[in-house]
Amino acid sequence: MVSFKFTVNDEMGLHARPAGALVKEAVQCTSKVTIKKGEKSGDAKRIFNVMGLSIKANEEVEIIVEGEKEQEEAAALEAFVKENI
Amino acid sequence: MEKVSGKSIVQGIAIGKILCYQKAQQSVKRIKIEDTDAEIKRYEAAKETAIKQLNELYKKAVKEVGEMNAAVFEVHAMMIEDGDYVESIQNIINSEQVNAEYAVATTGDNFATMFSEMEDDYFKARAADVKDISERLIDILSGNENKAGAGSTEPFIIIADDLAPSETVQMDKEKLLAFVTRFGSSNSHTAILARTMNIPAVIGVDIKEEWDGKLAVVDGYSGTLYIEPDEDILNQMKKRQEEDIQSRELLQQLKGKEDVTLDGKHIKLYANIAGVKDVASVLANDAAGIGLFRSEFLYLESEDYPSEETQFQAYKTVAQNMAGKKVIIRTLDIGADKQIDYFNMEHEDNPAMGYRAIRICLDRVDIFKTQLRALLRASAFGNIAIMYPMIISVDEVRKIKEIVEEVKAELDENGIKYGDVEQGVMIETPASVMISDMLAEEVDFFSIGTNDLTQYTLAIDRQNMRLDNIYDSHHPAVLRMIKMTVENGHKHGCWVGICGELGADSTLTQTFIEMGIDELSVSPSYVLPIRKKIRESKAGCAD
Repeated sequence: MVSFKFTVNDEMGLHARPAGALVKEAVQCTSKVTIKKGEKSGDAKRIFNVMGLSIKANEEVEIIVEGEKEQEEAAALEAFVKENI
Repeated sequence: MEKVSGKSIVQGIAIGKILCYQKAQQSVKRIKIEDTDAEIKRYEAAKETAIKQLNELYKKAVKEVGEMNAAVFEVHAMMIEDGDYVESIQNIINSEQVNAEYAVATTGDNFATMFSEMEDDYFKARAADVKDISERLIDILSGNENKAGAGSTEPFIIIADDLAPSETVQMDKEKLLAFVTRFGSSNSHTAILARTMNIPAVIGVDIKEEWDGKLAVVDGYSGTLYIEPDEDILNQMKKRQEEDIQSRELLQQLKGKEDVTLDGKHIKLYANIAGVKDVASVLANDAAGIGLFRSEFLYLESEDYPSEETQFQAYKTVAQNMAGKKVIIRTLDIGADKQIDYFNMEHEDNPAMGYRAIRICLDRVDIFKTQLRALLRASAFGNIAIMYPMIISVDEVRKIKEIVEEVKAELDENGIKYGDVEQGVMIETPASVMISDMLAEEVDFFSIGTNDLTQYTLAIDRQNMRLDNIYDSHHPAVLRMIKMTVENGHKHGCWVGICGELGADSTLTQTFIEMGIDELSVSPSYVLPIRKKIRESKAGCAD
């Protein structure tokens, strides 16, 4: 299991477009990808799960990657998130 | 102005334009499916078509409005493919053996609710996206070309013959002001939805298509619809609407708060009802129980003596809906101003002091036993208490208790279950006040009926208009009667409440609390104003 944290900068929070972008990226992973905010978590490959967390601006989110290629996939996701969200 | 009447199912006032709902356009029916595998394939084909449509829309939008703004269509495609959404639809098709349209409509409604319940406004508004994708799927499945849902940009009052769940699902709920339908019942989906949304609903209205687009007022209190209302009605209704908004604000502030005085004494604040249909407003106004359920309606509404089963169903429904909260049911209280044809009662010169209430029940024991059996059977389904009206002697109470024991023995013999019921008496005659210490030994509680108690104490006929100026319910004699009842009740282990009109008189709340009253039972609409009063009062000693 590999995980990393990031803070949502967009002033509207993790709204539909960035949430969609994250899901699109996560779906390409072979690992299980979980998105976690506080106590709540959801499957990052499912848009309703991600949006259901109702993540707002400046909130910290954790991404947990579990699978055979977890190292490289987590790194790719982290790079993507830093670049785009 | 045209005025039409129907049956009110949800109270409130709505003012707006009428939208006549055309069924043929977008009705989603629930159809039983034999071959669920084929139905799932049909759904998956529709899903692919929807994604193709959205991809095309995306490309078109990128050209026209740029990538940022076009992203919504990409997100919609993702939503349609979302695992939870897909699984829910497949699940409904499989487990309920229904058509894909229905499964999509139901799932769409559930997911939309998830968003609309979120705190953040942005995420709240995403319910519209869910609705949009669900409508797209339904249109593809049912071969509809035109877009489902009213294209109205203004809020509207919807009129229709009837509305199916899937139809209400697709409505733009933010623009919905009221429901008016020809059919439907107080338990229909539309009614439940209206209640949840807290918008007025009237059923049984002979609707006309020609009303479409006209200004109308729905009076959900009286069940009246005014089409093209005149100035008078419009002003009157606007005023009523403002009052509603104020009381709703009060509700928001006080809902869920305890009925406790400043110095920590807890008061049971219950509501009075006259039938099963009133339970909704008891719950909406957050009462802690029902302090007076007038059982007369069962007798008044029927052509002949209501059967045990009819009564049982009514009492059980109320007890179940109140889910363990106290429900105090008063046994038959007719006579005086409430007459029923099939009882064939003789004319009396002075019916207020005549053959009425418990006097009839102890004389015609068969009628009384039927009611008691129904009450006891219903007590297995909730927290029921029984209360007897118009008591003047200990002897009456002992007779009642004997009859109750007989009924219990009969139930035991037949192996029919019943719960532990508290039994109490109405204190509404001066005689019952004077012997309240003796009565308290026999029962669990007292409930003071202030209307009759005032009339008998002051010897003033309530119905006599000429005496209105001296009919004083704050008369010291009446207040002393109440005080005496509370003291005697407490001395002998009875709790004491007030279920008459004085209970809702907020100028007396502090006085009653000082006297030591344990319970106040008022009309549902008074619950929150009285809660406010209780929370501002002091008992003098905490419990």
